[in-house]
Amino acid sequence: MEILYKKSKMLTDTPLSYCPGCTHGIVHKLIAETLEEIGAEGNVIGIAPVGCSVFAYKFFNCDMQQVAHGRAPACATGIKRCNPDKIVFAYQGDGDIASIGTAEIIHAAARGENITVVFINNAIYGMTGGQMAPTTLPGQKTTTSPYGRIVGVNGNPIRLSEMIATLDGPCFVSRVSVTDPVNVRKAKKAIKKGFENQVNKKGFSLIEVLSNCPTNWHMSPVQSLDFVKNEMTKTFPLGVFKDC
Amino acid sequence: MARVAIENETCKGCGICISVCPVKIIKISNTKTNKAGYLIAEVIEDKCIGCCSCAIMCPDSAISIFKE
Repeated sequence: MEILYKKSKMLTDTPLSYCPGCTHGIVHKLIAETLEEIGAEGNVIGIAPVGCSVFAYKFFNCDMQQVAHGRAPACATGIKRCNPDKIVFAYQGDGDIASIGTAEIIHAAARGENITVVFINNAIYGMTGGQMAPTTLPGQKTTTSPYGRIVGVNGNPIRLSEMIATLDGPCFVSRVSVTDPVNVRKAKKAIKKGFENQVNKKGFSLIEVLSNCPTNWHMSPVQSLDFVKNEMTKTFPLGVFKDC
Repeated sequence: MARVAIENETCKGCGICISVCPVKIIKISNTKTNKAGYLIAEVIEDKCIGCCSCAIMCPDSAISIFKE
């Protein structure tokens, strides 16, 4: 009997703490499979953020460090500089990276630190109850923008990948989504490239993954994936913004 | 012939696997629940083509695919 698909060894057996249909699980899987494919088992240090994915250290079968809100790139910098032979990745949500941790990510990218950052953008603060995030779409209803995000009052969504791509430091900046099997395969390619850049000492890689939040968007998991595909990609176009 | 194996205790019944299956052989059970209380996904027909779409999309890695 041949195995066509099986859970990666780089994931633990701990049940994921995410809501049903949350694509955090898919991205965890992609990172785990990529690490397994590049043969990095036992040689990886991951950084867990604050947010829904705060328990990421329980789910990845590698060394993990949980850090203060937004400080993952700063901590990753320290760990990578002390252990240059280890593969270091930071896993962050949009509230973490695009709001409280904006300074850290921009300066880590500007310095061109040899780390890989995976950024999960679901346009909302998931864990705290669905408040408006810097990446919330114009007109999108959240608990702190009950009439929809009004651009004149609440500002415009931040396109972090485009911002980071203007800097000279980063090596690879890409935005992908995980709405269907085709996009999941593309996302895996982008994540793999991010890790390979680190192995080849090419420098900073940022992979932004458009994700969903069925609970706080008040949608079914399948509807929320359609929303990402049809609405979110209008504000956050998919693509590679920097590759050198 | 390929075979889908869904781990009952890990499944959260989100239904993403159903939406991506090209041969529509998965459905959410009306009666079967797991310990966490989720109505779980189950395979209703034995004609899996082994495309792995459901397994790739399962956020909780509950699905394994075998070829016999």
